[in-house]
Amino acid sequence: MVNDLKGQVMHLMAGSMTCREVVDLIAEYLDGNLAFFDRVRFQIHLGFCKGCRNYLNQMKYTIRTLGQLPTEPMPDDVRDELLKRFRNWKKE
Amino acid sequence: MQEEDPQQSALSSQLKWNDEQELVAALRTGDEAAFGFLIDTYYGALLRLAMAYVPSRAVAEEVVQETWQGVLEGLARFEGRSSLKTWMFRILTNRAKTRGKRESRYESLDSGDGNSDGDDTSWNEPDRFRQSGTFAGHWLTLPSMWDEQTPEKLLLSKECRALIQQAIEALPPVQRQVITLRDINEMNSKEVCNILEITETNQRVLLHRARTRVRKIIEQQLNEQSARS
Repeated sequence: MVNDLKGQVMHLMAGSMTCREVVDLIAEYLDGNLAFFDRVRFQIHLGFCKGCRNYLNQMKYTIRTLGQLPTEPMPDDVRDELLKRFRNWKKE
Repeated sequence: MQEEDPQQSALSSQLKWNDEQELVAALRTGDEAAFGFLIDTYYGALLRLAMAYVPSRAVAEEVVQETWQGVLEGLARFEGRSSLKTWMFRILTNRAKTRGKRESRYESLDSGDGNSDGDDTSWNEPDRFRQSGTFAGHWLTLPSMWDEQTPEKLLLSKECRALIQQAIEALPPVQRQVITLRDINEMNSKEVCNILEITETNQRVLLHRARTRVRKIIEQQLNEQSARS
């Protein structure tokens, strides 16, 4: 089982963090909140695991997609009304 | 001023105030440009969060209106203990909760210390990992590599934008609130914790679940697209 041997080597090299653990730590990793040792293990795992690298990128692209969702502009009448209210507030 | 593109006027007026203190001072003196800047900058973000609390767009718009009223009423008392932004969003969540309760759809999230968001475990994808053996916890099939331009390409399609929007709307309310603030409004975790009054750990768990769900929807969408072509 060449595949298994390869997997076993990868497993050792990946610092004993499983892919599932990596997936669960992504939010913490992206926030820069992982403790030093965990961050090192995370990064070593990534270095050896294409699947997790792809998954991390998928997450980054997901976040970027959300950040680029179009924002609704304020309708003109709403804006006018608010500015009017502000002027009245100023007078009080 | 009113004929100007709001985005543009927000940008040009941004140069007028060096920091938040100056902006607050300008607002207090009744500087209309300062207020215009404030509403242009935050209208969309506030509306999005309001929609995570109340059942309809119309009610969400009312909540945003009430928030501006609250901002004007509270401005004299604003002490700058939190940022102006956090303070405004707090006003919004308070009004939205009251409204949400009245509209009786709002699901309580007072369980600030736990992770209970009324969610089941379907956000998780345990079937993607090996269950046993030496490689337990490793991928069963490797996640595929997405094109770097995936977000831009997806957002070009109206259908895709609608699907992503639906995925967000289908999230449990607290997850929706967290992902709206963190990823759509692009605020940091400290701001989000202050606004929603949840712990950092809780925030991260909720965010992770919400992102995992949205990622899955995008993956399904990409798979369908490649099957079609």
